[in-house]
Amino acid sequence: MIPELGHFVLIVALLLALIQGILPLIGAQRGNTALMALARPAAQGQFVFVAIAYACLTYSFLTNDFSVENVARNSFSQLPEVYRITATWGSHEGSLLLWVLMLGFWTTAVSVFSRHLPDDMVARVIGVMGLISVGFLAFLLVTSNPFDRLLPAAADGRDMNPLLQDWGMIIHPPMLYMGYVGFAVAFAFAIAALISGKLDAAWARWSRPWTTVAWAFLTFGIALGSWWAYRELGWGGWWFWDPTENASFMPWLAGTALIHSLAVTEKRGAFKAWTVLLALTAFSLSLLGTFLVRSGVLSSVHAFATDPARGAFILAFLAVVIGGSLTLYAWRAPKMLTGGPFTWFSREAMLLANNVVLLAAMGSVLLGTLYPLLMDALGMGKISVGPPYFNAVFVPVMAPALFLMGVGPLARWKGDSLPDMVARLKWALAISVATGLLLPLTLKGFNPWATLGFTLSAWILLTVLIGFRERLKHSGRLANLPRGYWGMQLAHLGMAWGVAGITLVANYQQEIDVRMKVGDHTSLAGYTFTFQGTTEEPGPNYRVAKGTVEVSKEGKQLFVLHPEKRIYNASGMPMTEADIHPNFFRDVYVALGEPLDEDAKTWAVRIFHKPFINWLWLGALLMVIGGFMAASDRRYRIAVKKSEAPAGAAAQGA
Amino acid sequence: MKRWIPLIVFAVLVGFFAKGLFLNPREVPSPFIGKAAPAFTLPVVGSAEKTFSPADMQGKVWVLNVWAPWCVSCRQEHPVLMGLAQSQPVPIVGLNWKDKDREAEALLAQAGSPYAFVPDDLSGKVGIDYGVTGTPETYVIDKAGIVRMKHIGPIDPDVWKEKFEPKLKELGA
Repeated sequence: MIPELGHFVLIVALLLALIQGILPLIGAQRGNTALMALARPAAQGQFVFVAIAYACLTYSFLTNDFSVENVARNSFSQLPEVYRITATWGSHEGSLLLWVLMLGFWTTAVSVFSRHLPDDMVARVIGVMGLISVGFLAFLLVTSNPFDRLLPAAADGRDMNPLLQDWGMIIHPPMLYMGYVGFAVAFAFAIAALISGKLDAAWARWSRPWTTVAWAFLTFGIALGSWWAYRELGWGGWWFWDPTENASFMPWLAGTALIHSLAVTEKRGAFKAWTVLLALTAFSLSLLGTFLVRSGVLSSVHAFATDPARGAFILAFLAVVIGGSLTLYAWRAPKMLTGGPFTWFSREAMLLANNVVLLAAMGSVLLGTLYPLLMDALGMGKISVGPPYFNAVFVPVMAPALFLMGVGPLARWKGDSLPDMVARLKWALAISVATGLLLPLTLKGFNPWATLGFTLSAWILLTVLIGFRERLKHSGRLANLPRGYWGMQLAHLGMAWGVAGITLVANYQQEIDVRMKVGDHTSLAGYTFTFQGTTEEPGPNYRVAKGTVEVSKEGKQLFVLHPEKRIYNASGMPMTEADIHPNFFRDVYVALGEPLDEDAKTWAVRIFHKPFINWLWLGALLMVIGGFMAASDRRYRIAVKKSEAPAGAAAQGA
Repeated sequence: MKRWIPLIVFAVLVGFFAKGLFLNPREVPSPFIGKAAPAFTLPVVGSAEKTFSPADMQGKVWVLNVWAPWCVSCRQEHPVLMGLAQSQPVPIVGLNWKDKDREAEALLAQAGSPYAFVPDDLSGKVGIDYGVTGTPETYVIDKAGIVRMKHIGPIDPDVWKEKFEPKLKELGA
């Protein structure tokens, strides 16, 4: 019964989404307040029904209802309970349901926190989001019903993909989807503004906190995904330029550009057309990512089940949503007036340059991701594009963005003086370059990549500090600085921190692959590793060969690591579970390869010493905190209070 | 005109995606399909004097299975090959690839050998000639010594039935 209930409420949700997507838009066009007033209740109702459907699916997983095909394919009676909850989104159907649930959540959030916005704006924003919901709910119901029955029921499930049975995966997809889907809000605001023709500073101000929050979630989701890959895939890498990863990284780059461009549009009224285009682009890339991952046009190590009928549906949906919004943009673009003038050396110019660089980076990732598909479609052969391309193209493109990150926040709006700026920053520049040149010499000798990375990290750190000092001269106390400012500085510091970590781990990591018998020693980076053999143990839904590796330094035993090799019962899939001893300065990472003899006394063992790798994720975490802090700035809340004043006050620009 | 650029770029992309939906990115064509199987002469595992060369198989449709004792998925595939060796639709030659620890002979003695011959490619050179990317890989070679098909990854009963059987039938094995 429960799965049928889930199916039924999903249909109800689709009907509500139709109401939400059509009537308020008509109402806004005709000035009909009754129709516009439908937006909020329809959106909230839709969310409630999707949530019920989601709960039904989770219930089917929790109770091991193997008469539901989705459960039979993606769960297993011995699967631990927490993974049965997460298995709900481990499949194609379930992850789309999560997508729709998130979209409902964001729409409901908009419906609650939009009291200060004009009614027609709210009706249009919620209406556009409703249309997106319609597309996804129809996609679910037509091609990917998560509640399809399997009759007769399977005796047991085929188990969740063992790769996903990791606690990093418990929160990674929801966070990532919060980010992906969150850009729908900025998208809907942009569409609403294009329809109404009112593209003003107020529009940018309303979009800003939503965009920043979505960006923060996306940052967190990507960082978690990278951390998961590092721990779970057993190769010790943290970013593979895999199509699935690129699919989340491209919206991030466009979203980052959007955040900066929105700042200019809000403060100075400039770049309006550009900002709108970025808002459309960020969400379009989220949709494109869904298409690339779900349709199977690109092969990926993440390999979800793929199906051309589904691909065709998403592609048609993509064509309608993105094609439609870009047509609307082209039609309305001439109406957009440019804002205040600025000189080539001003904060506007810096932010524009930042945007160009970020989009160039995004374009290079897009090209690399799609290149195999383009060549194949043109009949020019099958090729694959790997990390060497991305590293060679991406790093040089991003370097100027990191340099600008130091100058931009210090430059004045409208125009600044270059000699002035040089005077303000000459010491910072000298110290950064010196750090970049000298630090590698103390480590392992000169290395241009290390120099570039260290120089840029030091540069950002120093310019952030200069920014704080200059601000303090005016406002006196750190506590007086607005949260928007704090958020920006923290996010920039997080970037510096992450870049430092990446530079260190990429240039100074050490690894060995060794064959170890019980009692064998090997050493790496000053540590001595002693292999004490493996023991066979049963796990909840797998058997495991658990290795014991004692790690000592200068004769003193420091800690013991237990890397595992698991064989999952249902799928027979072997999994490498690395064991990592982390601290602030380095990770010691041990993974078991294959047993090299019959009685599993000799193993291939892979050992990594990863200096400062955790800085990368700590930096990302700081960026996330910065994002949330900036979104909670008082300015946005003051706008709420103003709404009690006569209408129109909220539309006042900054 | 400028304002239409994003739409035009997107339209071109959609065209490619639509085409891409009908392509299979996982299917990597081997440049050896339709060409003569590279010649080699290698000693045979378990015998000091005997050698094996593809020329020995002239006039027969046969299967070249590249495997190694250190390869885990080859062990997965082993029982399937054993089953085939019993029903004998076609001779299977097992190229023992880069067996640095010299374990093949003992392993086959213990687990049973599905192979008609086991040429010993210690240096891995023959594997390179055949474009082996990893073990196991399996080639179907026809009566004239032409490579007709290549399969990457372990063979399971479904793969055999859907991919190999039709091909072997076509070649008159």
